[in-house]
Amino acid sequence: MNRTEREAAARRIMERTPPPVPPDLYGEVVRRGSRMLRRSHRIRRLLWLLLCAAVVAFTVWAVTAHPWVEPPSTTTPPVIDW
Amino acid sequence: MRDRQASQGARRAREFEAFVAGAAGRLLHAATLLTAEAPDANPRARRLLTLALAHTYACWDRLRGEDPYDRARQYLALRFANSAWHQYGGPLSRGRPHPKSALAVLTPQERLIVVLRLYEGVAEEQTAALLGLPTDRVHAICDRATATLLHPPRKPGPRVMGAKVAPS
Repeated sequence: MNRTEREAAARRIMERTPPPVPPDLYGEVVRRGSRMLRRSHRIRRLLWLLLCAAVVAFTVWAVTAHPWVEPPSTTTPPVIDW
Repeated sequence: MRDRQASQGARRAREFEAFVAGAAGRLLHAATLLTAEAPDANPRARRLLTLALAHTYACWDRLRGEDPYDRARQYLALRFANSAWHQYGGPLSRGRPHPKSALAVLTPQERLIVVLRLYEGVAEEQTAALLGLPTDRVHAICDRATATLLHPPRKPGPRVMGAKVAPS
């Protein structure tokens, strides 16, 4: 018995009794699938909202705190009378 | 705009229904072989199939010409592989192979590879890439499993793991 025959015999064993497909399969699949879709949409929307909120918060903080302005020095005393 | 969306949704539903009608029988057979349940009492195989098809439904619009059957089969195989060790034959196995199943003499990994290679006809390289195994190993496992299948051992004892553990 060579390899091809063995594989064909194994295939025949596997194809013997096909199980019956449950009649309510389609409805169940669509229900679960649309739930997965809705959930992923909701998560994506939430993440976008979070990103927008972070951008707004950063802008407001930057405008009020001016982090790019050099802070006045605290180590060197101001030079007067030179 | 709304009209176009509605008609697109209807077309999508029609296409998906046709896909399910065509693919469900074969995928359910493959799933039942994987879980080694009896053909007429296969709750785990049905669950696997439902999850795989629901996943395909969820990414139906993002397929871009890819074969949905291939996608569903990949999901089914990977889900089985990831849950196999604790559900279908690991040390804490919940379910034993049903004696009426065609592949009851094989271990879960052998079942997975035999079903993908022989029943579904996936190429050796693709199977290896899907499961993250070397091609030689897939070849060897497939050969060994075919031999076990054609000449099953006398006693149902010598399954490598999980056969003698009491069901929990």
